[in-house]
Amino acid sequence: MTLWAALIGMTVVTFALRASFLLLPPQVETPPLLRRALRYVPPAVLTAIWAPELVFHGHDFQFSLENERLLAGVVAIAVAWRTRLTFATIISGLVALHLFAWLI
Amino acid sequence: MLLAVAPFGLITGVAMVASGIPPAMAVLMSVTVFAGASMIASAQLLASGTPLVMVLLATAFINLRFMMYSATLRPHFAHAPLRWRLLVGYLVADNVVGLSAGRFADHPADPAKLEFFLGVGALIWIVWQLGVAAGAGIGAGLPASWRLEFAAPLAFIAMSVPLIRDRAMLAAALASGVTVVAAHGLPLRLSIPLAALTGMAVGILFSRKT
Repeated sequence: MTLWAALIGMTVVTFALRASFLLLPPQVETPPLLRRALRYVPPAVLTAIWAPELVFHGHDFQFSLENERLLAGVVAIAVAWRTRLTFATIISGLVALHLFAWLI
Repeated sequence: MLLAVAPFGLITGVAMVASGIPPAMAVLMSVTVFAGASMIASAQLLASGTPLVMVLLATAFINLRFMMYSATLRPHFAHAPLRWRLLVGYLVADNVVGLSAGRFADHPADPAKLEFFLGVGALIWIVWQLGVAAGAGIGAGLPASWRLEFAAPLAFIAMSVPLIRDRAMLAAALASGVTVVAAHGLPLRLSIPLAALTGMAVGILFSRKT
């Protein structure tokens, strides 16, 4: 039930955002501050989603060399920075996760 | 850019199913929502028992960038009929807008902008949906010991790190990362919208200085 509600809600929210400016009448101006703020949305939001996954296990804060998710995340960040390739980043991160889990 | 669509669709399908979304639901959601990052995040949030309102708020924040794209596209399509603008809106996605914006910058007076956008959009849409369907189908059969749920944060790393091209972007990402970890104890995953707003504010402050 929650899943269906999530599907419908996400569809409505996402479409509203996509269509927003396209549906405004031609004479309406876009506020410059809004455009500037929107520029920082992708790095801010995306980082907020992955950062806790590396350092928290449930509610335990694990910022140590014995946390294989943190180490694998650092490898993935380096690969993403160097290659900018989505697939290479994900594969190297998964391989690093299993390697560090095995080492630790 | 097109080459990235199929693997990311595949990863999205696999990650959603790994978080407990039934494969058919993942495919249906992919057609109606058509926004991979928010689908992976929502699947993750739903799996950890996050309330629906917070899942939708997270979706809104993740997909706020579409509002930015919508503003970018507006000058090109402001005079198109409403039904075409609705279809353009549905097809707004990172790759589609990236390819079209590049083309429109090179050929500002192109009379076939709408045709170009819809063509690119339709092509990417098909490749994307096939990728998600394949990922959802494969994902259901893969063992949990592969820890594929970790593909979700990795996909977000792959999306966010290459965006960082100047100091203001780096500041926005760092501020957001520190805030989300510091505020992890807040209920309802309020740490995510809080971190997003902090990151945006810091990004704007840094862009003023430089």
